[in-house]
Amino acid sequence: MPEPSTESQQTDAPHRAAEGTRVAEGADAGNTSQECAVLAEALSKRYGDQTVVDRITLAVERGECLGLLGPNGAGKTTTLRMILGLTPYDAGSLQVLGEPIPARAREMRARMGVVPQMDNLDPDFTVRENLFTYASYYGIDRSEAARRVDELLAFANLEEKAQASIASLSGGMKRRLTLARALINAPELIVLDEPSTGLDPQARQHIWQKLRALQRQGLSLLITTHYMEEAERLCDRVAIMDHGRIVACGKPGALIAEHLERYVIELRGDAARHFLATHESQVAPARIREIGETVLLYADQPMPIAESLDGHGLTYLQRPTNLEDLFLQLTGHDLRE
Amino acid sequence: MISESNRSVHTAAPHERWLPRPSLRFVAVWRRNLRVWRKLMVPSLIGHFGEPILYLLAFGYGLGALIGEVSELPYIVFIASGILCSSAMFAASFEGLYSAFTRMHVQQTWAAMLAAPLEVDDIVLGEAIWAASKALISAAAIGCVAVVLGLLSPWGVLLALPLIWLICLAFACMALIVTAVSPSYDFFLYYFTLILTPMLLLSGVFFPLEQLPSLVVSLAYLLPLAHMIEIIRPLVTGGALHVGLLLHLLVPIAYTAVAFCIASWLFRRRLLR
Repeated sequence: MPEPSTESQQTDAPHRAAEGTRVAEGADAGNTSQECAVLAEALSKRYGDQTVVDRITLAVERGECLGLLGPNGAGKTTTLRMILGLTPYDAGSLQVLGEPIPARAREMRARMGVVPQMDNLDPDFTVRENLFTYASYYGIDRSEAARRVDELLAFANLEEKAQASIASLSGGMKRRLTLARALINAPELIVLDEPSTGLDPQARQHIWQKLRALQRQGLSLLITTHYMEEAERLCDRVAIMDHGRIVACGKPGALIAEHLERYVIELRGDAARHFLATHESQVAPARIREIGETVLLYADQPMPIAESLDGHGLTYLQRPTNLEDLFLQLTGHDLRE
Repeated sequence: MISESNRSVHTAAPHERWLPRPSLRFVAVWRRNLRVWRKLMVPSLIGHFGEPILYLLAFGYGLGALIGEVSELPYIVFIASGILCSSAMFAASFEGLYSAFTRMHVQQTWAAMLAAPLEVDDIVLGEAIWAASKALISAAAIGCVAVVLGLLSPWGVLLALPLIWLICLAFACMALIVTAVSPSYDFFLYYFTLILTPMLLLSGVFFPLEQLPSLVVSLAYLLPLAHMIEIIRPLVTGGALHVGLLLHLLVPIAYTAVAFCIASWLFRRRLLR
């Protein structure tokens, strides 16, 4: 692609973002990659002789919410850091919002927002001052910043906490403030690293509601998570990462249908295991997996198995297969530390 | 997808550069630190006034009564001009060590900045200039006290302040090098023991350099504090001024330039990986 590198554009970019306009005009227009918020091709990262990210190819469409799922150590956070231009990669290519990364990462970051895994709000400032200070990093002028700060305090339901210190906020409030901070520059893309980790169920629902609202406004979202419920609720598509590779990518429902039977029967306890050992033929059509105490029977036609279990007086849970089953199927059942 | 033309740009990426390339956005970093300082100004100022005044009174009046004149100055005047410099040096160093480390490592303030359109070089420059600004505040506080006590010339102090700021950029950048390689706060003790304390004792703060063996004097002149005192002391005590004094500025300026490049490179290597 032609490299947009004129001086005027470089100095312009943050300003344009500060006005909240979408960057569709200019030298990049007509470029196919412009349709993607993130476009990574065969991206690799090594630390010493350990390959943390191994030739991943990944696209986040404009207006889409993509979930990056994977166990701890799968390479999710490294992938996000590469996308931000903070971790140099060893091979492959990467464009974010049409900008080559890391060469024009600064210009790109002026048009995106980040919600990091660990809150890094400024503890010396109040809620309002945090937003003001962050606006100053983007070169947003004071009157414009004042308007946006009010807007974002309302969006994050933090108006009453505007003068509060960061230490006095609950975990959910801090996360909402971090999200509000990520929106200060009216970004086109937001990257969220485990946005609901450590939050109670109510706070989690609240943050999901906010993220869905942003999605409706047409923002592109890239979320890492290991909560399958979060991925199922928020993400248009998911990419499942393991050992630095993307092992599956697509719409949750389609991926489940592609990789798994339609139903699963869950059994627990010694009685269940004894039954399986002695009556294996009766559950023969099912694929059997054991995870610790739990036995999972996967089958497209669960009725005959269920009837047989009923006949032996066993309690069980029958449900459609979900993203969690898919995740365990693709990344294995071993504990990751 | 990404063609050759981008490859050439790719080589200019921050983590691959040897020399820093800061932008004007460093001002936002400096202003953030100033805003925090303003909120905590009172205890900070008490610190800036309190400790140097204690030194001034104890050494100046206590020891001064025994010593009389040093280098044709009353000892309390001699030491007031020395402490003006050494306190500024420590103010810049503390800010570049403990406060910068807190913002980088403990509070992750820098990580938040790096998610915005700031680069590591902007942050390092903002921090260096801020640390020198803290030195300026410290020097202004001591200068006020010394002027009120009639020890130093008010015009001299006023002229000295911008020079003190400039010279303390060197101490700030030196401290930032240490911070860039530091795994924890404890590591800073090495810098205190090996660099700052010897510099404080052997640069002419408490007694004239001529008292020392010539080898030690030569070593002292390799570090910036001795040169700072050569310029600032005559300026604030009404001593003889000549253009040659400006040559002493070259050493701190060289330290600033080199240390800033090294610190930026080390921080880039630490933070962009």
